[in-house]
Amino acid sequence: MRASRLGWAIPAAVVPVLMLLAYGFKTDPHEIPSPLLGRPATAFSLTTFAGAPVSLEGLRGKVVMLNFWASWCVPACYDEAPALERTWREYKDKGVVVVGVDIQDKEEAARKFLAEFGHSFPNAPDPAGRVAVSYGVYGVPETFFIDRKGRVRFKKVGPLSDEFARQHLDALLKEPS
Amino acid sequence: MIPELGYGATVAALVLALWGAIAAAVSARTGRAALLRSGERAAVGAWVLITACIALMLYAFLTFDFSVRYVAINTNRGTPFYYRITALWGALEGSIVLWSWMLSIYTLIVVVQYRRRQPELYPWVLAVMLGILAFFLLVMTIPAPPFERLTPIPADGRGLNPLLQDSGMITHPVALYLGFTGFTVPFAFAMAALIVGRTGEEWITITRRWTIIAWYFLALGLLIGGWWSYHVLGWGGYWAWDPVENAAFMPWLTATAFLHSVMIQERRRMLKLWNLSLIILTFGLTIFGTFLTRSGIIGSVHSFTQGSIGIFFLGFLALVLLGSFSLLASRVEHLRAEGALDSVVSRESTFLLNNLFLVAATFTVFFGTVFPLLSEAARGVKVSVGAPFFNLVNIPVFLALLFLMGVGPLIAWRRASAESLKRNFLKPVLAGLVAAAALRAVGVGNGLVLATMALVVFVAGTIALDLFRAVRARRRTGDGWGDATWGLLLRQNRRYGGFIVHLGILVVALGVAGSQAWSVQTEVTLDKGKSVELAGYHVRFDGLSASEESNHAKVTGAFTITNGRAGSDVLYPAKKFYPQDQNPIAAVDYRLGFFEDVYLVLGDFATDGSHATVKLQVNRMVSWLWLGGLVLTLGAALAILPEARRTA
Amino acid sequence: MRRSLAGVAAAAVLAAASAWAAQPPRAAAPASAAARVDEQTVHDVASELRCVVCQSLSVADSPSETANQMRGIIRERLAAGESPEQVRAYFVEKYGDWILLSPPKSGFTLLVWVLPYVGLGIGLVLITVLVRRWSRAPHPAVPAQIDPAMRERIRREMSEMDKP
Repeated sequence: MRASRLGWAIPAAVVPVLMLLAYGFKTDPHEIPSPLLGRPATAFSLTTFAGAPVSLEGLRGKVVMLNFWASWCVPACYDEAPALERTWREYKDKGVVVVGVDIQDKEEAARKFLAEFGHSFPNAPDPAGRVAVSYGVYGVPETFFIDRKGRVRFKKVGPLSDEFARQHLDALLKEPS
Repeated sequence: MIPELGYGATVAALVLALWGAIAAAVSARTGRAALLRSGERAAVGAWVLITACIALMLYAFLTFDFSVRYVAINTNRGTPFYYRITALWGALEGSIVLWSWMLSIYTLIVVVQYRRRQPELYPWVLAVMLGILAFFLLVMTIPAPPFERLTPIPADGRGLNPLLQDSGMITHPVALYLGFTGFTVPFAFAMAALIVGRTGEEWITITRRWTIIAWYFLALGLLIGGWWSYHVLGWGGYWAWDPVENAAFMPWLTATAFLHSVMIQERRRMLKLWNLSLIILTFGLTIFGTFLTRSGIIGSVHSFTQGSIGIFFLGFLALVLLGSFSLLASRVEHLRAEGALDSVVSRESTFLLNNLFLVAATFTVFFGTVFPLLSEAARGVKVSVGAPFFNLVNIPVFLALLFLMGVGPLIAWRRASAESLKRNFLKPVLAGLVAAAALRAVGVGNGLVLATMALVVFVAGTIALDLFRAVRARRRTGDGWGDATWGLLLRQNRRYGGFIVHLGILVVALGVAGSQAWSVQTEVTLDKGKSVELAGYHVRFDGLSASEESNHAKVTGAFTITNGRAGSDVLYPAKKFYPQDQNPIAAVDYRLGFFEDVYLVLGDFATDGSHATVKLQVNRMVSWLWLGGLVLTLGAALAILPEARRTA
Repeated sequence: MRRSLAGVAAAAVLAAASAWAAQPPRAAAPASAAARVDEQTVHDVASELRCVVCQSLSVADSPSETANQMRGIIRERLAAGESPEQVRAYFVEKYGDWILLSPPKSGFTLLVWVLPYVGLGIGLVLITVLVRRWSRAPHPAVPAQIDPAMRERIRREMSEMDKP
């Protein structure tokens, strides 16, 4: 009697394990939620490919779209590059700054990438990966939306679309400074 | 042409396997022999068709037939000949073909071996095996078809993943799959035994060799995987507790438990429920491993792509586990123990403890592997569970198992008297303690190494003691030492094969402990002509050279290694640039030794060759892992020999 | 003639390789950074952090460029006077608990550290109880139970033996 109850306990015990594994289909092991959301964005101070300085402090009061990319990031960075330039052109007079940070790249390849897409927003290399690590970047492309008060509000992992950028920039622009 | 032919063969094989499974099952129920013969023919037909699939695929690889999508993705015109063949199992779809092919061969062997010898069990065994084969053929038909056509036909293919272009690539998956699929046979016999009601020792005795062979190939596959990781991946380690490594390790642990606990059932006719559960668990874990590798639910360096294939495997896993455990539960009355234990201090208890620790280790590995998923499900937070956790939690368990390895073979069945304990264990225990003390005196401070050494000497001592006594007894019949030993090994090949396997584990344990405790490394940027010193080795950077291979470009660094004792040598770690991959692959160079390996990985370099960054490691005792594998091979080979006849 | 061609080819390959490679501008050579930072400490901190672009490898072990840069940052912060715990906390602050190769030994994640040993303990108790029970009442030798299928087969074969 006891033995038969024990017997059925085994298949019963298997069920929750199977359910947990099934849950695994809903998750993406590559999507890591960022602990930076809602917190002040880390300050950075870089020099663009054009030689000009760009820093987070200098952008205070504006909405910042901080995009991490690399020329070897195929195809995702190439897919989103036109959208970035379009977003910049549309929003640059509305108080938004798009800043690109190039990680782990060779200068010639990076310049070639910028020339190919005609990026007119500031782009700077991140020499030792300090800025990337300070934003918890673990792949490219990643884009951070920073509000006027300097806090990280959204993070997009993967290529960006025009609608996504528009949606989040509009939301942040509505907020007071 | 080939895509269509291949797809047709796959579907035909699936139909045959399904038909064969049904026919065999119905014939088992109704006793109609004609159906059974039909099922057998279906098994042969399935094997023929799957072999045809393999032949078609190989032909496509060798003739650069890029109309087959699998060929186009996994090779290009520069891929060397032998890698074009091994690319067959280099990616998801092909690996399923290999699995199916092995399964079909095993089914044929079962047909030939058991159709006359086991008329009661055989039809159900055939049904189960063909059913499992049908599942893998179903995967080949729907979610992961290897014969998909690619239009338009590209001029050149993408190419084989550079990490897979290595000698380990040829052997590691083959050995692993031989292990995984090998467990299908004992599982099928267990199911047959449950269905028919023959839940005695019979199914265990019949499948004993299968289990040992499958266990051995799994061990071999794990070790080759370690070797591959060590000499290809460029991090100087052999085991990372990666989820897919864990998934292959778990069935090996439960299979080891099974190999031991069946001995209790054979002697004392107990633990029937436990043994059946263990083989179901082992087989289930092989399916779980396949599921993990291919579903993408847990990120891993091994993971193939995602898609619907994960759902297929999860469904099959559910069917296997729930189905077989339910069958087991419904037959519990047939599984009553027929014997009893006499004493807590006995070989039975030792084997029970052995099983406990092995299953505990399996649970630890399983829980650690799925814990990230659990954490996310329970509270939405992602965590990582990596090597530090697995090492910390498992090491005490493995040390305990080492200890049991020494106790088990010599402790008496039923009841071990204090007298026999003293006689068998006093000297080996003392030897172990002396060895640890000696090491300590020489300056070894690492607790893990001391404990491992003490245990290894203890276990080796028990083996030596047993062997010495047995040979001495045998000599009394007049044989010389050599003849007596040889005769003993052959006569009791099961026992001594097991001992040699234990020795192999000891060698591996020493390798693991030594490499963890004593390996050193450094990372430094060297100007041309400058050198760095580590552990008595001077490494001087001599310059860079570039070359063009058939499917990649290579930059090689030349480093002269000088060691006072061993003279000097030049090593050539390189970086390989494959057009289809944006990141270069490090080609490690190393000099292997019995006690230490010198290991170099080339990092960044200046294009003019003026300086280069190199990671230098002196890894100790790693070769002992591979040597242990050799010893394991000898032991397993001895253990599966047919029982020697009584000599006159 | 051939040698200079080979030289040209080699140079071309080297240049091409560099173009393919993701080589950063020469990173600060570890040796030239504050030499007072003990490489072993860098290695120890790095071995507790997970390499973000590989699976299951630590930052200390991983040969990837990202891990390289992360080791550089560890070295920098240690050189600036931070303690290993502070460096670790910095990475957790930026990446979350996920960056730790071993989950923290507190809160929910304490479960993964404790449960295996709890399971082991339960197993030991179970075995002790079972062994005691199985050995308390010594059974007389039980005759082997023959299942019906076997019984039938024995009967059949014995009757066949009797045939001339």
